[in-house]
Amino acid sequence: MPSFLFWLFAGVMLIFGALVIINRNPIASALSLVVCFLGLAALFMSLDAFFIGIIQVLVYAGAVMVLFLFIIMLLDLRAEERRTMNWVAFTGGFVVAVSLLVQILAVISRTQMAKQTFPPLASPQTDDVRNVGLLLFGHYNLPFQVIGVLILVATVGVIVLSKRQLR
Amino acid sequence: MTTLGDYLTVSGILFAVGFSGVLLRRNVIIIFMALELMLNAANLSLVAFSRFRLGEDGLPSYNAQVLVFFIITVAAAEVAVGLAIIVALYRARRTTHVEDINSLKF
Repeated sequence: MPSFLFWLFAGVMLIFGALVIINRNPIASALSLVVCFLGLAALFMSLDAFFIGIIQVLVYAGAVMVLFLFIIMLLDLRAEERRTMNWVAFTGGFVVAVSLLVQILAVISRTQMAKQTFPPLASPQTDDVRNVGLLLFGHYNLPFQVIGVLILVATVGVIVLSKRQLR
Repeated sequence: MTTLGDYLTVSGILFAVGFSGVLLRRNVIIIFMALELMLNAANLSLVAFSRFRLGEDGLPSYNAQVLVFFIITVAAAEVAVGLAIIVALYRARRTTHVEDINSLKF
């Protein structure tokens, strides 16, 4: 992938990711998150992970974000009014987040492996859906079925939580 | 050419953005979206490592992509349960502001 496309998509993703937490209006935050996920899907495809990129668009930008928007509109949330901010908690949280970022960047800049470029693939055709599927239904068959049970439990749990009164 | 470090840097910045969102915002739904940002930052670094370390056949290491698939599945289930909890909380308290939800506070 040409490097300017990488920086374009990475920049779009980071700007809209920051807008998610800057926006006061929850609907604007959710729509920024959609754009952020689309940029992330483009980055996945630049890493030759086409299957994961498609899944990202379908599951995250499609299903999950529709769920978010649905709940925001169901609860009829307005842009939150300005409250008196707890400045000690705000600066504390900001300092912790910035120090985490500085630590991550320091580790990356000291790692020798991070300075290498990506090795070329053996063939431009990766067949990644086939390869991921073979692993998923072969070596990772048990975790795959456990995930199925997890989704079943989550579905039952959501229905129980959504009932008005439990008997 | 883009290096592995570029992808890891972008992933680290995205994680820090999500982390600061969890710490700084007071709206439960925004906190939830920031959690999704952090999960996706982890996914990005996993996929970058999968492309970086090729297998013997010269193809990316697909174990990491299977893990990303599992993370996306678990995250989708987590969003469903979390939003159901938020709706139940809103019914009981008429608020999504974390500072108004302090019954368990000592």
